[in-house]
Amino acid sequence: MATAAVPKPQAARWKLVSCDPEKCSGCAVCEYICSLTKENVFSAQKSRIRTMRLHPLINISVACRLCSPAPCVIACPRDALEQSEETGVIMVNDDKCDGCSWCIEACDYGAITLHPEKKVVRICDTCDGDPQCVKFCPEEALDFVTRDILSQKARLAVTKKLFKESMETAGIKP
Amino acid sequence: MLGYAGRILHVDLSSGKTWTEPLKEELAKKYIGGIGIGMRLYLDNSKPGTDPFSPENPLVVATGPLSGSMVPTGGNGHAFVSKSPQSFGVGEAKAHGHWGTELKRAGYDAIIFHGKAEKPTYLWIDDDSVQLMDAKHLWGKSPQETEDAIKNELKDFYVRVASIGVAGEKLVRIACIINEKSRAAGRTGLGAVMGSKNLKAIALRGSKDIVVTNKDRLLELVKQQHERMKGPAARKYRVLGTPENVLVLNALGAMPVNNFTNGTFPEADKISGEYLNERFVAKIIGCSSCAMRCEHVTVVPEGPYKGTTTRIEYEPLWAMGPNCGVGNLDAILKGMELSNIYGVDAISIGGLISFGMDLYKNGLIDKEQAGLELNFGNHEAMLEMIKRIGMREGFGDTLAEGVKIAAEKIGKDAYKYAVHIKGVEMTGYDIRGLKTASLGYAVSFRGADHNRHGAYGPDVSGKVNRFKAEKGRGKLVRETEDLYAIIDSIIVCKFSRGTYYKGYEDLAALYSAVTGIEMNAEELRLAGERINNLGRLINIREGLSRKDDTLPWKVMNVPIPDEGPSKGSFVSQEDLDLLLDDYYEVRGWNKEGMPTMEKLNELGMEDLAYIVEDKLGPEKSKRKTKTEE
Repeated sequence: MATAAVPKPQAARWKLVSCDPEKCSGCAVCEYICSLTKENVFSAQKSRIRTMRLHPLINISVACRLCSPAPCVIACPRDALEQSEETGVIMVNDDKCDGCSWCIEACDYGAITLHPEKKVVRICDTCDGDPQCVKFCPEEALDFVTRDILSQKARLAVTKKLFKESMETAGIKP
Repeated sequence: MLGYAGRILHVDLSSGKTWTEPLKEELAKKYIGGIGIGMRLYLDNSKPGTDPFSPENPLVVATGPLSGSMVPTGGNGHAFVSKSPQSFGVGEAKAHGHWGTELKRAGYDAIIFHGKAEKPTYLWIDDDSVQLMDAKHLWGKSPQETEDAIKNELKDFYVRVASIGVAGEKLVRIACIINEKSRAAGRTGLGAVMGSKNLKAIALRGSKDIVVTNKDRLLELVKQQHERMKGPAARKYRVLGTPENVLVLNALGAMPVNNFTNGTFPEADKISGEYLNERFVAKIIGCSSCAMRCEHVTVVPEGPYKGTTTRIEYEPLWAMGPNCGVGNLDAILKGMELSNIYGVDAISIGGLISFGMDLYKNGLIDKEQAGLELNFGNHEAMLEMIKRIGMREGFGDTLAEGVKIAAEKIGKDAYKYAVHIKGVEMTGYDIRGLKTASLGYAVSFRGADHNRHGAYGPDVSGKVNRFKAEKGRGKLVRETEDLYAIIDSIIVCKFSRGTYYKGYEDLAALYSAVTGIEMNAEELRLAGERINNLGRLINIREGLSRKDDTLPWKVMNVPIPDEGPSKGSFVSQEDLDLLLDDYYEVRGWNKEGMPTMEKLNELGMEDLAYIVEDKLGPEKSKRKTKTEE
């Protein structure tokens, strides 16, 4: 899979589920709606997005980052993972996947989980471009965005922070 | 019966044996879950007259049918029930967070702890695997340290832990049970019951699926609730949080100050919800499945208590603030943090300290006895006293008995300063000028509490003349009690109560969509009434009666002295009798506050008639038999 190591030029267009930790309240509504949508049950372990509360002030939900190149795809010894050129979603071939979990180790974000009964891995598929977690997040902490918009959001936030005082003077409401 | 796990876990701490029994559908339908099922399991598994600290006194914890589901605020609750070491009647306390969800995922509707472990122990539930673990190394640790230690040794960050602090170990009668470091099942001293069993903690990992009956219907309802939770019904909890009450109650002259000496606080601005949010609130977080999020996490930015990080609500803010004459938010937040560290109810702790301050002011104890200059407003003394109560040191050891028993030990006129109902310390409403609320407090089966009824509502909103005791208040109290019993049994958060626009109908719809048990609004209301009768029956079995439906001495004898709208108000014996008579009548109880046979038959509680049979007299005690039906 040598070709997989080259970043895909179209990755800039891919949209991923991203969480703003400033807004995330740790309520895990994303886990509930994900497992209900994908598995018809409520189960944190079967959710493709997972909530983490490290401290009352530190909350975040994590789903697949659509890396390019994707370390999970590279790590898979059975070629069970494939990244969609169009959406960047990591597709799991259940027939090939044997649950060895090399991909789980390869993922820096803990965005891959092993399905507790089927013993194959599960990764966010963005609900075919209409992620339910983003729809249901009560804090609007989740967003479905391209990397470009992500950096734009970060620029906006830091600019507002840097120029808060001048903006107040100029009467611009952040 | 989806939604319910269908299993009750028994743990005999004396023998180390554990077993499960199926949850009967009849029990589920009649008592719903939470405090309803919890109290019924308590009743059926205990003997009358048991000492709360005896191994014979079981401790029950129950989830609700919605726990583990996506129902906003409903997915996460749990309720502890036992005999209270404060009221010697039924004790119950709920908490939210993620712990209740996890218990349901592990596959249990309730756990019943029997007996007493020989040495410090914690329970580790990993789905079907139930183990009693050595907790010697955890004894003496705070709930926060305990949680970290257990997660470390079980090597799983997502393990959820509920535990007691030093106060629970030392049988401090206001000890609480804390889950996820900052969520407390606070009231009625159940942490001490857990301590008496040498049970330090309950750690959970659950991986079972939670399946609901009607997924599409449930999603519709969830969307509807999410929308409502963004609206005015949840505004208070989303924005300022319950500390919004400070200025509201202060303006009404209804915020108790200096142990119910005054009804207004001159330093209210310094402890207001507005100021709290502006200066201290760093983040607002939510419990599992909640679409409201209310947990205002505060950080003290500077000064001697810099770095203090804690959740805060109106009640503890009031208890350690105005009620102790303290107008320093830094210190109040430190007090809140210390309450969580020692594991004491952060409402009652303020009641104990303000009681001590009142005794000190009125010369019933001196500096030598108190061990401190225990003046109202001395926040350093207050913080030191939290520690001494938690550790049972010096005068703290006396206070650790709760104000009622402490007053008996101190003797003389100390009882006049002991502001409690049924042995449970008062909460932050000056009910001298809130007559509907005063009735709700007097009859609450778990003692002084605003959360067994919402009877301050009509008083504060001006729907009734709050200074007047009159017929009709009994009905108001009864209605709100029945609803609150359902809220605590189906287990949704009290803060979400305004989002059920159609009341029972909305709650019944959620219940039916999850469980598949068709239930209409009236049936659910009836269950609420049944649960209130159940609480009353347990108390009757334990010897409580009309004489215990009373109010603190100050509330009945000292009119509010402050200039302002509430000046001169208090609740006379005559007022109280009128209110009680009215309430008992609308409840279908006799003059002694005892459910009649007719009422028990109506509620389908014939099986509990044995509790009142002997006490009702020969005429009234006729039990409906099968042949008469």
